[in-house]
Amino acid sequence: MIRTPLRPLARILQAREKGENPDAIEADNLRARHEVLRDKARSRAEGRLMLLVMGFCVAFMTVGIRMAVLAGSEPEEPRASVAGKGIQAQRADIVDRNGNVLATNMVTHALYSHPRDMVDGPRAARELAQIFPDLDEEKLRKQFSSGSAFMWLRRTLSPEQVQAVHDIGEPGLLFGPREMRLYPNGKLAAHILGGTRFGDEGVHSAEVIGVAGIEKQLDDRLRDPGQLDQPLQLSIDLGVQAAFAEVLASGMKVLNAKGAAGILMDAKNGEVLAMVSLPDFDPNNRPPLPTSGDPADSPLFNRGIQGLYELGSVMKAFPVAQSLELGLTNPATMISTQGPMQLGRFRIRDFRNYGPALSVTDIMTKSSNIGTARLIQQIGATRQQAFLKEMGFLDLLDIEIVEATRARPLIPKRWSDIHSATISYGHGLSASPMHLAAGYASLVNGGYMVRPTLLKQDGPVAPGPQVISQRTSDQMREILRQVVVRGSAKMAEVPGYLLGGKTGTADKQKPTGGYYKDKVMANFAGAFPMDDPRYVIIISLDEPEETSGTEARRTAGWTAVPVTGEVVRRIAPLLGLRPAEVEAPTPLAVTAVRN
Amino acid sequence: MRTVVVIASLLAMLASGFWAYRENYATKLSVREVTRLSRDIRQLQEAIALQNAEWAYQNRPDRLAELVSANFDRLGLLPMQPEQFAATGQLPDPPPPPLVDDPLMVSEPGTPEPETLP
Repeated sequence: MIRTPLRPLARILQAREKGENPDAIEADNLRARHEVLRDKARSRAEGRLMLLVMGFCVAFMTVGIRMAVLAGSEPEEPRASVAGKGIQAQRADIVDRNGNVLATNMVTHALYSHPRDMVDGPRAARELAQIFPDLDEEKLRKQFSSGSAFMWLRRTLSPEQVQAVHDIGEPGLLFGPREMRLYPNGKLAAHILGGTRFGDEGVHSAEVIGVAGIEKQLDDRLRDPGQLDQPLQLSIDLGVQAAFAEVLASGMKVLNAKGAAGILMDAKNGEVLAMVSLPDFDPNNRPPLPTSGDPADSPLFNRGIQGLYELGSVMKAFPVAQSLELGLTNPATMISTQGPMQLGRFRIRDFRNYGPALSVTDIMTKSSNIGTARLIQQIGATRQQAFLKEMGFLDLLDIEIVEATRARPLIPKRWSDIHSATISYGHGLSASPMHLAAGYASLVNGGYMVRPTLLKQDGPVAPGPQVISQRTSDQMREILRQVVVRGSAKMAEVPGYLLGGKTGTADKQKPTGGYYKDKVMANFAGAFPMDDPRYVIIISLDEPEETSGTEARRTAGWTAVPVTGEVVRRIAPLLGLRPAEVEAPTPLAVTAVRN
Repeated sequence: MRTVVVIASLLAMLASGFWAYRENYATKLSVREVTRLSRDIRQLQEAIALQNAEWAYQNRPDRLAELVSANFDRLGLLPMQPEQFAATGQLPDPPPPPLVDDPLMVSEPGTPEPETLP
């Protein structure tokens, strides 16, 4: 760069000649140079400012446009993949052991309203009241004119109702999609399934959560997103359950009972094939919990699991089995049954006098209280308690149904000798029919404890701890068979199915204490076929009365036993059991198939 | 040389911009297609679920029992009884094979049927 000299020699010399001050020239040049520098600096600064302004403009416009775009576009979740969201139902199906549907989902609609957007509120109220008879027109009209923004009207609608509401043509009436739990079999297996209700509800969806039964107990499994497409398979057999319920219901009607429970369980692995509790309810339309009266009389009450009853003489099988197991007796040992038996200030009697002595087998066939009490005196209360504990009678049931977690057996606080004697024949200890089923299963299956389960087991289940020996179990099978062949359960004999079991008639406890004279719980607990027991059956009738004779008969032999016989006759063929060959019917029966 | 590089990179930029633009729209189209398909799938699954529920409802044991008793005169169905199990010995013998004049003419499996048989 060529610098302009501050003191150009030519001009200095000229100035000197004229006698001027050469410094003025230098100052003048310096000023000119500074002006140039200043102009340059200003233009550069202006350029930079301009750039800055433009940068800001661009930045702010970007932000502004982005905001406008966001404000103007539909909200949408960012997604990493395009996998179909919400394809699956939100609750897994429940099926029976053969794959028949017990519970499934159906898409339906909920109805809500925006009263502010209503064009003609009174007309909508009138038309809605016509479609839904349970809605009150007056009340609706008031709600529609209140000017509120939002109001639920109905939780679920049928397709016909949706169309009818559409036809009103009111823009303030809106639909939200809903997934609804559907139990196609209605009342069948209602106590097992329980029921559902809506949880958190929004306009676009609602949670469906279990409120009772297996729906509540396995709620997490049923709602687990990873297992939604795998239905939950129960051990229940729908056909058997239906036949069981039908026979039990007609038995209950004939015998004027106010309730009944029935359980059919696999004796080897504890699978429950049918569990009936009557009266029952429709899980699609679950009735509200009772607010008055005895909750045990409500249809919601599961008698098989929640019903803790003094089970009566069916419990005699346990002291007998223990006595045999301990080697104190054998099936032919004679036990004194001279009555009445005095125990402190308590007296034990038999239903009628069975003479001075009975064999252990006959204590069961005739159901002698005194004989059983004598057996338990030999065994002692401590060992009795330990045995019943092993059999599961003192603990909560471990079964996949929520009601079981609250049904703790009622046992005496102090296990005195009197308690020990009464418990031996089934009074003083209250347990559920399901406890009884589990106990009988281990009596007859070779002595292994089973855990009742409502889920179908894949493959064989490892047997539980052995509580009695194979030999005792064999003896018990023979004794229980004898009860049906010649004892108190003769009426349950079904040719070919070798049913064995024990009857029990327990006087019902008054809520105020003491026992009713004319109200009993009639039970039967047994298994079939007794040569190799595959199924345990429990029948329990609440306050039955057989009135065909001159006098009302309430004992289990006249009530629970005939019902059991009929149940076995109906369900054993459904289970694919063929009657034993020894008692095979004559060829005449073959023609019966054809007519 | 430098000019060539500049022009080449400019062209490459244009090409890649065009490619990205096309890919973007192709993706959006596919996403829309997938959404539509999954909506269809969902509707079909809902329909299947509804049909299954309907099937289960129509085949519920109560209803079948009612239908069976309503149509008893035509079907004559009764609950299965233990007596209906039959032993193999109770089955009638199979009918005897049809008599043939010449036993030698009975065809072996695989050989063609002689046309002269009556």
